[in-house]
Amino acid sequence: MSATTALGALAPKLQLIVPEMLLFLGAVVVAVRGLSRRRMARSSLPAITCIALLASAATTLFAWTPSAASQAGLLFPMLGQFIKPAVAVLAAVLVLLSVGSVDRLVEDAVARGRRAFDAQRVVRGEFYAFLLFSVMGVMLLCNATDLIWLFLAIELVSLPTYIMVAVGGHGTRPQEAAIKYFFLGALSTAVFLYGFALIYGATGTLELTAIRDAFALQQVSGGISTLGMIGLVMAVLGLCFKITAVPMHFYAPDVYEGAPTHVAAFLAFIPKAAGFLALALVLTCVGWTGHSFLDADGVRVSYSGLPTPIAATLWMVAAITMTLGNVGGLVQGSVKRTLAYSSIAHSGYMVIGLVAGPPAGLAALFFYLVAYGVMTTASFAALCALERKGEELNGFGDIAGMRVKHPVMAWMLAMSQASLVGLPPLIGFVAKVYLFIAAFEAGQVGLVVIAVLNSAVSALYYLRIAILPLVAPSSARSDEVTLVPSAWPRVAAVVCGVGTLVMSIFAGPIIGLVRSATAEGPPQSASAQRSLEP
Amino acid sequence: MALIWLSIILPIAAALGVAVSPTRHARWIALAGTLASLAVLAVVAWQFPDWTTGKHSPSTEAPAWIPRAGISLSVGFDTVSLLLALLTALLMPLCILGSFSAITERVREYYGWFLVLGSSIILAFAARDAILFYIGYEFTLLPMTIIIAVYGGTERRVAAIKMFLYTFLGSMFMLAAILYVAWEHRVVSGVWTFDIDTLTATGVRLPAATQYWLFAALMIGFAVKVPLFPLHTWLPLAHDQAPTAGSVILAASMLKLGTYGNYRFALPMAPAGGVELMTVAAVLSIAAIIYASLICWVQTDAKKLIAYSSVAHLGLCMLGLFALNPVGAEGAVFYMVNHGVSTGALFLCIGMFYERYHTKDTDVLGGLAKRMPVWACFMVFFTMASIGLPGLNGFVGEFLCLGGTFIAEHDVQSGFPGLLGPWYAIVAGLGLILAAMYLLILLGKIVWGPLRVPHTSSHGHSESPSTLTVDINGREIATLVPLAVACLWLGLQPKPMLDAIAPCTQRMLEHYPALVERHRQVETPRVADARDPLAKETTP
Repeated sequence: MSATTALGALAPKLQLIVPEMLLFLGAVVVAVRGLSRRRMARSSLPAITCIALLASAATTLFAWTPSAASQAGLLFPMLGQFIKPAVAVLAAVLVLLSVGSVDRLVEDAVARGRRAFDAQRVVRGEFYAFLLFSVMGVMLLCNATDLIWLFLAIELVSLPTYIMVAVGGHGTRPQEAAIKYFFLGALSTAVFLYGFALIYGATGTLELTAIRDAFALQQVSGGISTLGMIGLVMAVLGLCFKITAVPMHFYAPDVYEGAPTHVAAFLAFIPKAAGFLALALVLTCVGWTGHSFLDADGVRVSYSGLPTPIAATLWMVAAITMTLGNVGGLVQGSVKRTLAYSSIAHSGYMVIGLVAGPPAGLAALFFYLVAYGVMTTASFAALCALERKGEELNGFGDIAGMRVKHPVMAWMLAMSQASLVGLPPLIGFVAKVYLFIAAFEAGQVGLVVIAVLNSAVSALYYLRIAILPLVAPSSARSDEVTLVPSAWPRVAAVVCGVGTLVMSIFAGPIIGLVRSATAEGPPQSASAQRSLEP
Repeated sequence: MALIWLSIILPIAAALGVAVSPTRHARWIALAGTLASLAVLAVVAWQFPDWTTGKHSPSTEAPAWIPRAGISLSVGFDTVSLLLALLTALLMPLCILGSFSAITERVREYYGWFLVLGSSIILAFAARDAILFYIGYEFTLLPMTIIIAVYGGTERRVAAIKMFLYTFLGSMFMLAAILYVAWEHRVVSGVWTFDIDTLTATGVRLPAATQYWLFAALMIGFAVKVPLFPLHTWLPLAHDQAPTAGSVILAASMLKLGTYGNYRFALPMAPAGGVELMTVAAVLSIAAIIYASLICWVQTDAKKLIAYSSVAHLGLCMLGLFALNPVGAEGAVFYMVNHGVSTGALFLCIGMFYERYHTKDTDVLGGLAKRMPVWACFMVFFTMASIGLPGLNGFVGEFLCLGGTFIAEHDVQSGFPGLLGPWYAIVAGLGLILAAMYLLILLGKIVWGPLRVPHTSSHGHSESPSTLTVDINGREIATLVPLAVACLWLGLQPKPMLDAIAPCTQRMLEHYPALVERHRQVETPRVADARDPLAKETTP
């Protein structure tokens, strides 16, 4: 292969990762600038991070052209055009949550002159750099063409979050949470990496499109090999960790509670987005109902659906995850733990989208994912905006009667909970209806019934978080609640809280976008697959 | 269609106005918003072309909201929904007028949420798209929960949460049922739509076993809202704890969403299921009537008494719908409006003396006619309307519901044979006797007899602002007079309205005669054995 053709093949791929390059640039700037002696320079880090994120979101709209995407050999050529801007914009909002809380004690001490500035003591630069890396990982997932890329991108999402949990706050609790998160995360990585290895063993290739065709061939000629099947199930179960789904959900309550609230908000959305993207890609390799491909003679061969073991696994993951999340949410003693269980439950709903499969199921899944990101960020942001004696809010006593002193935050919290429970006309309702519609299309009536019952159960605990701030008299604890010095978490709460309504008004066009984003690429012919093999 | 949307949006706009304006203006902005909405709806009613055809107007294509899922912003009225929307729009300004002295804290929020509640209810009645209906139906919960939980009595939080959870759980079943029908439509036609008429046509064509479950699911959703025995337990608590205006809207409009849902969805969409389950539903309605009436008999809390009487009255209303003949169904729809007017007015009356004496206990309070003669006149008037005194509105609806039930089995002339019969009507009729009894006992205690007032407040009320006079003042009279006029007018001149309702109810019942005939042919030869195994399980 000559140099020019190699470059020619590389050009579209490079064009597609321009947004990631911008983020990388931002991460480098932020990391270095975080060490500056000037306070101004250090406090401008969140702004730079936001600008990098928004710039990369804007760049995606230009860089992700259909022509470039179609040459890159992606499973979903247009997926990045929707996911990348959505994730980047939401991440920018998540940055707002952290303004003023990272390094707060050190900065306060420096400002009061009690301590000299010491570049080794500050972590703010690293924190935002890692945040950008993590978001970069999600965006790179959209470009994944092979298992190695997929794996590296997922790890790029996860590794920074371990550190963010540890350094985002102060005290020992975040560190404890980080250790837990890290070890369990490493375990899950091992599981799905093993799965990937087995998939490679079963298909002899790492290219996703080639794996898809190899599995398709196996399916029409006597079913997927046992090796491949074990690999797929392991990959799915390992990825369940990222989306906090059963059986890998158990870390979520502890880690969300231990992590600083703004990092918990990050964990509730970014790794979950990565996990669902990865699952969608891996599962596309085995295909859903109504798949077809061109065989060597150019004849279109169709085969049916996810293989039974995987469909059954996903079905059970969905059913158990949402039930466990919602029942668990009922008995929690703190707001953050309740939100963690809520996060588990919503993953369960979203897995329904995976069971249903394309086109409607995946579109519903990604629409729900973004909607969930907005609602959950609103809830965490309202918590982030307040503090009690310098500690973050956590117990139900802290939020009781919040309305008296902080009416706007109380309303935003209530609104986000109403949206999470699926109260019309907020975005949570639209997302749920669209998801159920997709499930019906795939014939998954049973899952819809379970999800409907679960929604009713979830009303109990969401209502508690919504009603307490608005109605309960303020307690001794909640009287001591004050606004955090920075106004940005409040801005984030209002943006996301109002966003739950605004997004719902524009749900029609947004769903149109998601639908075109999740359109699958043309099936590769078997001859093309053979030419890829060595 | 633009006018209908305007009548829905005006209260929301007023709510935004309330949110940004100073507290002292809040109630006037709220009043203006609701009056404007009423005026717009009145114009809609004035221009309404289909009073006598039972059709929907306008029937034009609506802009899509979420085209991929077939959800559109389609609104339009038939006679029934227009009447109920008008009832809501009429009660809204009266409620706001009635809240002037009752609400002294968090005033702006109160009026804001009240306005949102009003437009949400109107949206539910006006919706021609099932999802839009669901949005209106379900969203009412949020403002109502807040109104009860913030402005209610001592157990307000429990009451509010109970109301939310009961209704939310029920409506989840309803949503699943609606989505299921939409999916069936999608399978047949290849497109998603939530147009109510299309879904009704789809539902009717489904196999009988499917319709059975469909009817059951829809029925659970709406029965919680009506509420039917045994799902009624949230209502007395919610009524008791809600502020006066909240109770009025809850009884007059929100509960009607349940009966309207039966009229619009459950009965026409799954007639085959309806026929199978009709006797069960009718027995539950009668149980509600008798059970709630007996509770009323021993009730010493005036507001709870009216709340339970609401359960009994709506049980009768549902029975009229389940009679499956035009007489019963017309009566039921007429009764929906009636109940809204008279029970709403009764809640207002009770709120008025509660504001003065801060008790609703009929053992502590009595003989108020001596102190509040004007109020007593209204109280007696509305109680008579609620009992069903001929010449007032309650009589017409009750008589038609019972009459329809009585003749249902043998109603061959009208072409609408039903499944219920004289015995159902006779047992339900006991409820009317009980109603006369408990309401007259209530009157006897609090209006007549020796004057008894709580010791703490000998005259009027010491703590409350001086705006409250001994007897009701001009503002309070102004809230009651329109309702009294409506009671009298509907009682003396029911025919125009009944004529307008008739085509709608006939349309609702159009699939029933054939199904009832078939059902009877299966039933009569071998009574128990020949039944569908599904029906056997649930028939008591």
